[in-house]
Formats: sequence, C-alpha cells, structure tokens
Amino acid sequence: MSDTPKQNDWTKPAAMAIPKGGFFKDKVEQGRYGPIFPKSPACYGFTIIAKIKPGREDAVRGYGNKIEETIKGLPEALEVLQLHYLRWVLFDINKETYFMYQGIFDTDFDKYTEDAVALFGKYGINTVFENLEGFPEDWKTNPTAFVKFVREHQCPSFLEYGEYPYVSAKEIKKALKLKAAFSEALDQMQ
Amino acid sequence: MKGVKLEFDDIQHILLTRAPAITGRYEFLSFRNAAGGRAWLSAILEKVHSAAAVRASVGKDKRWVSVAFTWNGLRALGVDDTSLATFPEEFKQGMVARAEILGDSGANHPKNWVDNTASPELHAIVILFAKDPAERGRCESEHKKLIAQGEGVEVLSSLDLEAVPPLGYAHDHFGYRDRLSEPAIEGSGDEPRPGFGGSVKAGEFILGYPDEDGPPANLPQPEILSRNGSYMAYRRLQEHVGAFRDFLRQHGETPEEQELVAAKLMGRWRSGAPLVLAPHKDDPELGADMQRTNDFNYKEMDPHGYAVPLGAHIRRMNPRDTAANMNRRRMIRRGAPYGPHLPEGAPEDGKERGIASFIICASLVRQFEFAQNVWINDKNFHELGNERDPIIGKQDGTLEYKIPMRPIRKKITGLPAFTTLRGGAYFFLPGLKALRYLASLGTPR
Repeated sequence: MSDTPKQNDWTKPAAMAIPKGGFFKDKVEQGRYGPIFPKSPACYGFTIIAKIKPGREDAVRGYGNKIEETIKGLPEALEVLQLHYLRWVLFDINKETYFMYQGIFDTDFDKYTEDAVALFGKYGINTVFENLEGFPEDWKTNPTAFVKFVREHQCPSFLEYGEYPYVSAKEIKKALKLKAAFSEALDQMQ
Repeated sequence: MKGVKLEFDDIQHILLTRAPAITGRYEFLSFRNAAGGRAWLSAILEKVHSAAAVRASVGKDKRWVSVAFTWNGLRALGVDDTSLATFPEEFKQGMVARAEILGDSGANHPKNWVDNTASPELHAIVILFAKDPAERGRCESEHKKLIAQGEGVEVLSSLDLEAVPPLGYAHDHFGYRDRLSEPAIEGSGDEPRPGFGGSVKAGEFILGYPDEDGPPANLPQPEILSRNGSYMAYRRLQEHVGAFRDFLRQHGETPEEQELVAAKLMGRWRSGAPLVLAPHKDDPELGADMQRTNDFNYKEMDPHGYAVPLGAHIRRMNPRDTAANMNRRRMIRRGAPYGPHLPEGAPEDGKERGIASFIICASLVRQFEFAQNVWINDKNFHELGNERDPIIGKQDGTLEYKIPMRPIRKKITGLPAFTTLRGGAYFFLPGLKALRYLASLGTPR
C-alpha cells in the first residue's frame, strides 16, 4: 500500500535491493488483481518488456508523437496514473524488436487498474500495446487479462535508488509551488 | 445509450426500490443437498418481488423479500462447473479469501465474525424487510415452517433489524442521517438529484445492460442466469456507540464542539447537512432537503478540506470531482441498523449494535473492492500519509485524523476504531427468471 511512514526522511538517499522475482517473501501484500510489487525509494513502477509484432516498429514509434500531442493539448490527461516519469525504449535482440515501457509512479498500479485501462484506451497508450505479441484482444472489457499481460511482462528491478526517497510527485509539485509563491512574495517586497 | 429498457418485472426489487420498512430480518442459509435447496427456492421465489411489482403496489405491501446466493450456494444448487467458471474471480473466492484486500484484519478478521458468514457452507441469504414487527414475526414463523417442511435447508444464523429511534428519518446508531446518496440509474425512471453528475448506466449495477464503458461483456453464463442479476457485498458492521460518544466528549468541551467533531469525521452534520454547504453551523433543513443536500463539489468549493476534511468519510466514499471515472465506481447501498438503541447519556451496555448493509454493484472488484482498498483503507489517500476512513476504515489506534483549520490544523492522533466488522459475504442476486431457472435445475427440460 502506498504508505509514507514518517521515518522516510527525504534528505537521506536510500537504496533497496529487491529479491529475484520482485517480492519480499515475508511481506507480500495482496492487491485486487494479485500480489503488489513493493514500493521502493524510487516509488512504485514497472518495467514491461515485450516483443513487438513484426513490421510494427514505425507504428510503435508513432505513438510517441501521439502522446506528445495529447499531453500538449491536455496536460492533465495522465493525472490518475500519478506518474513521475515514463520512458519508452525500442531495442533489438537477434533481429527481433522489443518494446520497453518503464514508468515510475506513486500508486501501486493495482489500485487504479481500471482507471488506467480506461485512460489508456482514451489516449492511445493502450493501443501501442496492441502492437505487442500476446496482448489480449479483449483488453477493453477485460482488465483482468490486461493486468495479467502486464504482470507476465514485468521485469522487476533488483535495485532501486532514490536521491530523495519515497517522495511523491504531488509532494514535489507542492514544494515547488510553495517555492515559487515564496520567491514571488520576496520579489514583490523589493 | 438512451432508451435502455430495464426489465422491471425481472429485476429483484432491492436493486431499484427502497422498501418503506422499519424492521426486517436476514437469514443465512446452507443447503444440505441440491434437491432440498431447490425445493426451498421453488417455494420462496413466489414471495420475491420484482421492482415492477413493488412499484405497482406501493403502500399496500407489508413485507419485501429478496434472495441471493454465494458461489458455493450456486454450486450446491446444482449449477454446473462450466457455468460456475464464468463467474468473476473475486466472487468465486468469496469475501473471506479477499479479507486482506478489503482490510479485514485484526478485530475485523473473518475468524472473529459472529454469524457463520465466514463458513464455506454459507449458500444463501433471504432478506426480509417488513412494515412493522408484527409482520416480521409473521414472516419469520412462515419461513420457519417452510424450512421445517423439508430437510434440505439449515439456518446458519439470522439477524433482526430495527430502525433506530427517533423514527422520523433513517439514521445509524451514531446518529448520522443515512440514505443520502443514491445514484440514479439510467432507465429506472429516477431523476438524478443535483450534485450527482447525472444518471449512471444501468450496466454498472444490473448485468445484461450497457455500462459506462459500453456493451455488456464477460457475463456469467448461461445468459438466463446472469441477466438482470447483480452482486452484493454484505457487511455487518458493529458500531461502538459508547466509544464514539466518549471520543466526542474528549475532543469537544461543549455540545456544539462535540457536534462539530462528529461532523468533521463524517463530512456532514449528523442531520445530514454537508459541511461544504454548512461549514460552521448545522442546518437540519438542508440535511433533509434531497434537492440540496448533495449539491456540492470539492475541487472548487473545498479544495483544501477546510469544510470537509480530506480524509472524511463522505470525501473518501464519494470523492466527486476529485476522482477519475466516478461513474465506474458507483454503488447502491441497502440495509438497516440492528441491535438495541443506546439512549443519549446511557453508559455503553456491551450489547452489539450496528448497521448491516448490502453494497450492490455489477463488479465487486471494480466497485466495492476498489472503494474498500483505495478510498477507505489507503493510508495515503489524498496524500494524507497516516489515515484511514475514520468511520469504517481499518483502525487500530495508531493512525491520525487531520482536520484542516485556520490558522493551524487540528490533528487527532491515536484515532480509535468506532466500528468492527462482525460478518460478511459476497452474494449473487439473480433476476426472477434466473431464480426459476435455478429452482428447475436437475429436472428434465
């Protein structure tokens, strides 16, 4: 669960080594769609790696532009995902192209799965997934199948590090807003 | 989709109507064998009203009956494995197996439940709402006779329901007005009241109709079994009235201050008046006015929680314009208080009292379990860090409750548990045709 215990001191950088498989055996927490990957100093996140269907590389790249356009027009489009960063990468292994979708966010994905699926459909992220081998065709009506695909293609980290550990994007934005307001107040006093 | 036609004559009344009852009784049943269970069902289904029947006879009926089954119950009646497999995973597993997800641990853990609802032998519930205690008594003895006729059905437990005095309006043992927020279902004929953001597609509550996402999908098979059905999460929630009143006294010196503390936990005054619209002083008239009492939002009207604290019960259970896809998370709530009234000023008597409710929705995992897991029990809901729902969240005395105030917020530490879960289960509430289908299983067709 996305707890932020008080002992998490953002001034102290923290690293976490994660066991093989992605879970700490003695404290696996159950989410609505299965066990939840633990929160690390680098917050929640996933790294999904999947083979793309042959000949779909340009289509996949095209979605990069599509997301850029979407966010330009509607900056809060992905708000519900509580993201810090997305990184999309294409790479080849043995002449086959793979897609890596890495996201860092503040909520365990399970919590908002249905919202995410709805959102993905709306803004085209999900349709990029349709270029991946093994992606369930009925994803729109079957969040369980969607989650299963994500879990099966998730490559859990074995190390995660945070320079300012466990801090949420919302908290960072709040702090920056405060800083901006403070600077403005100082400027006006001059 | 406009013009969706709901099959009112097939939908169990509890889904669409609220019986004008002041008393009732739940009986939790186990089928000793399939034939016995079906014989019982054949007899009882004649008493189960459809929504159409209840609407047609408003003012005449004195009792209202609903029947629903656990997944084990469907199997016990003889539903075959192929069909059983088509039900959603969380329903198959049942509420006990989902305890961790729901936050049902510690005192709330199924091993502490008092009514045998944690038993895998729980197969069915029969819900009776009655106009008065005499009618309840009559129905109870009728049902006793019916069960005595065969040997196929055993009563695992029962619970009598009583409205809490004063009887002028529905409220719980803590004194909070109840039944304030009910989504209007498209095609039901109910007009959405101001503040609800319009009506919600029928498929969010009733299987077989388009939902907010489109046409129905992944329905349990065969269709006759699932059509016009729904799922119900049963929660028997004990209310610790003595502890609640002690808490109010501890945090408020005058009765007015105590009322404000009660209001800050809920987000509404006990009269039902919402703090967004009545931030400083109770307004019972507003609380009782169904056109006004929900007509508010949070994003513009109370973004920082100066009126309704960010973690208040109503803000968690219905975040309104501060959550995405609200119409995919709606639920219908039915139920009633049980146990003796504890008069104001009387010491805690140790007797169990509370509220025994059904949360009705088309997807337990997407609606009910989401609300439990994220809205009620996520400690970091709205970045609160160390809180859960102050009324129905999992509380063990270690969490906080923050009340934003100017100039300095009030922080309550060590919030006690005001409620404990004493029983619960997942049920499938079939349509009337489906009840007949179930009753006729095993007979040659």
